[in-house]
Amino acid sequence: MGRVAKIARRTFLVGSAAVAGGVAFGVYKFVEPAPNPLNSSEGRISLNAFVIITEDGVTLVSPKAEMGQGVHTTWAALIAEELDVDWKDITVIHGPPAKAYYNSALFGMALPFKDYKVNDFQQAMREFAGNGAKLLSLQMTGGSTSMRDGFERMRLAGATAREVLKRAAGKRLGLAPDALETRDGQVIAPDGRTLSYQDVAVEAADINPPSVELRDPSTWRYLGTSLPRVDMEDKITGKAMYSIDVVLEGMKFASVRMSPRRQGMRRFDASAAKAMSGIDGVIDMGEGIAVIADNTWIAMQAVEAVDIDWEPSLYPDTTAGLMQEIEAAFDAAPNTVGRDDGTADADHPGQELLAEYSVPYLAHATMEPMNATALFTDDALSIWCGNQSPTSIQSACAQEVGFEPEQVTVTTTVMGGGFGRRGEADVAVLAARIAKKRPGVPIKLTWSREEDMRRDFYRPAAMARMRGVVNAGQPVAVDVSFAASSVILQSRARPALTPFTVEQAALSGSDPEGLSGAHDQPYQIPNYRVRGHIVPSTLPIGYWRAVGASFGGFFFDSFIDEMAHAAGRDPLAFRIDMAREEHAPSVRVLEAVGEMSNWSAARSAGRALGVGFTYSFGSPVAQVVEVVEEDGAIRIAKVWIAADVGIALDPGNIEAQLTGGCLFGLSAAVMGEVTFRDGEAEQSNFYDYDALRMGAAPAFDVQILENAPYIGGVGEIGTPPAAPALGNALFALAGKRARTLPFNQSFSFV
Amino acid sequence: MTVKLVVNGDALESASAPDTPLLWVLRDEFGLTGTKFGCGVAVCGACTVHVDGEAMRSCQLPVGDVDGAVTTIEGLSDGETLSAVQTAWVAHQVAQCGYCQAGQQMQAASLLSDNPQPTDADISAAMNGNLCRCGTYPRIRAAIHTAAAALREG
Repeated sequence: MGRVAKIARRTFLVGSAAVAGGVAFGVYKFVEPAPNPLNSSEGRISLNAFVIITEDGVTLVSPKAEMGQGVHTTWAALIAEELDVDWKDITVIHGPPAKAYYNSALFGMALPFKDYKVNDFQQAMREFAGNGAKLLSLQMTGGSTSMRDGFERMRLAGATAREVLKRAAGKRLGLAPDALETRDGQVIAPDGRTLSYQDVAVEAADINPPSVELRDPSTWRYLGTSLPRVDMEDKITGKAMYSIDVVLEGMKFASVRMSPRRQGMRRFDASAAKAMSGIDGVIDMGEGIAVIADNTWIAMQAVEAVDIDWEPSLYPDTTAGLMQEIEAAFDAAPNTVGRDDGTADADHPGQELLAEYSVPYLAHATMEPMNATALFTDDALSIWCGNQSPTSIQSACAQEVGFEPEQVTVTTTVMGGGFGRRGEADVAVLAARIAKKRPGVPIKLTWSREEDMRRDFYRPAAMARMRGVVNAGQPVAVDVSFAASSVILQSRARPALTPFTVEQAALSGSDPEGLSGAHDQPYQIPNYRVRGHIVPSTLPIGYWRAVGASFGGFFFDSFIDEMAHAAGRDPLAFRIDMAREEHAPSVRVLEAVGEMSNWSAARSAGRALGVGFTYSFGSPVAQVVEVVEEDGAIRIAKVWIAADVGIALDPGNIEAQLTGGCLFGLSAAVMGEVTFRDGEAEQSNFYDYDALRMGAAPAFDVQILENAPYIGGVGEIGTPPAAPALGNALFALAGKRARTLPFNQSFSFV
Repeated sequence: MTVKLVVNGDALESASAPDTPLLWVLRDEFGLTGTKFGCGVAVCGACTVHVDGEAMRSCQLPVGDVDGAVTTIEGLSDGETLSAVQTAWVAHQVAQCGYCQAGQQMQAASLLSDNPQPTDADISAAMNGNLCRCGTYPRIRAAIHTAAAALREG
């Protein structure tokens, strides 16, 4: 278990080791703590950036954005575990954008070693790389990093706060801190005298935190148990405040219609909109128009009533053209080699398999449409917006209105779904642009569902060319090439809002993350190569739940299933054999899902099983899908999931994330598709971009394992194996291999 | 011209045009933001409220056509005492992002007032119009069974 001093030393040692790489400058900066952004005031004492003691109780700061994944609850539990506060007495807030809340796990993800084979040195490297995120002050919720980021840091935050409270109490009582105990917000002396944390908070704030030893997991009170979520009651009584619910004095309501082709307007005629009652103004937004009105509904009606002649898109204006753009990337040399074991390109004796796969663009379709509220005054801008990246929103909005970032306050609310979409700053920038036209008037901008669909940053479409060789029942070679736009490179290169130029889209660099789900699988295959061809496209793409692995996992695991069948092997045993010498936790999840689903037992006619496996975000997940034929249509009847997250901090929440992540992947696999015509997304609402409903949702059985040596991600890992598990089950049922998503192009579902 | 309404037992007057959907009168005029906007075309169920106890999609209900007492999520509980549906939702820790859950609960409460012992098929049929992108369906189903049992036992 770590000590503050030990962590600092380790950081320094790794820093020294990396001096040859040219990062010596960073060493001091890394260990210097970021300033505490929380001010203490009357009745409110901040002990560090994560713990505030008030007269009413204890407030814990979770700078991780709550989009449904339960992060506020588990983040708070990490602090509370060491702080010794009663669960029912705590309040959790998101806190302001600040350097103290950088994501230390984010930059540790794209390092060039096999993630599943990480050892202590590499884990330290991963933590070290995370300090780069601190230097960049990137406060970001994404990449399933929250628990990896907070697991040690937040327990230390709780423990150091507890120790300064004990020291302050000890001074009052004339006792050494070691003689004192803490329980439920009280410091307790051996003679039974007690002081509450409130009693000693003011003195405690002036004490430098000592080195602390973290508690042994066997003594944990909260961690490892299924806690009631801190946001549950507000969410089921309608009290939870999403940014779409912000109400301010004198507020006006706005909606926008921006170019669905992501270029400018040739001309527009707003006379019909201006004639509508309840209209406060029509604003030329450059790439579109905005209407301010007495209520949101009028604003949404009015933006649709404006006659607009759009400029054409820079990208190919049909789905066929966009797919040709993707396919053309195979003609250029690969930008990324994610793995190259053995000689995958050589001729190997055995049976050769060749296959091509493709997946479409996908929308995020969060239940809460994009929205933000902005209030602009002469010297300040206030933004209220549910978002995954408050520091980027702060800088993008400051740039929009010509302010310094310090003049922009960002209030991050809970989100009605994120899935990566709310890492983008576009809606907040639009709200700021409108608000600047109406100084002193709070403007709530709400998009229609149609605007939300046509102005998404889509999950990229992708293609794969697969070559495999099997011989005598064994895998000999797998050689994989992907073509897709690079989410990570595009999102770094482009501005918050379209239009993007061709130059901004002509990206150079490599993108191992775009090969997730394929290059990083814990399999021993003698000849195993995975390469990526980056598609330079001006079509806006973005992060999505498990983005790279959401298609890479489908391509790779489906093809592994094809190889198993070609080799005449049981698909589950084939995967277990490949993982056996490579990664024991993966073997265990595959074995577990086999036992849970009674895999080897024969199924009756019209019923079949498929297995899918993907290692992603540090966690191996295996799923078995059972499909049943009902009157010519297919029902997804049951899914068994086994996942290894290293340390299961909240099993109830992890179960919810695994089933929810799986349903997210199944929805996309069955019916998810965004197509383009005239440069515009053809889908506009849930009637043509739907997801699985209650009646089509399968039953679930989940097992959580803890064999992996390090804590893994949770929020996204249920998604990648869902599509291949379903496709593999459909093959087992019908003998037909569908290599293009969505599956409803090839099969009928109930 | 105003429209008279009873919302959660309170007599209210709306100054909005009669063709304004009830959803936007509740949210933008009365500040009752628990009822959510999801699609605007009655295909996602996030805006579900009760009119005289019956589940209705408020995004497609002109305020001038409301002919009964309106109950929203803010009025589903009895003061601080949660309803049977809400109690079951807490017991099963249903909500993730929570955005659709007001509509889910209003739909479930309406189902249980019509059908005190719904089967799985009844639940699927009644709840199919309520979309959840987080995938909380298994817990919603379990919570409806729990709420039904609690209501039967009184």
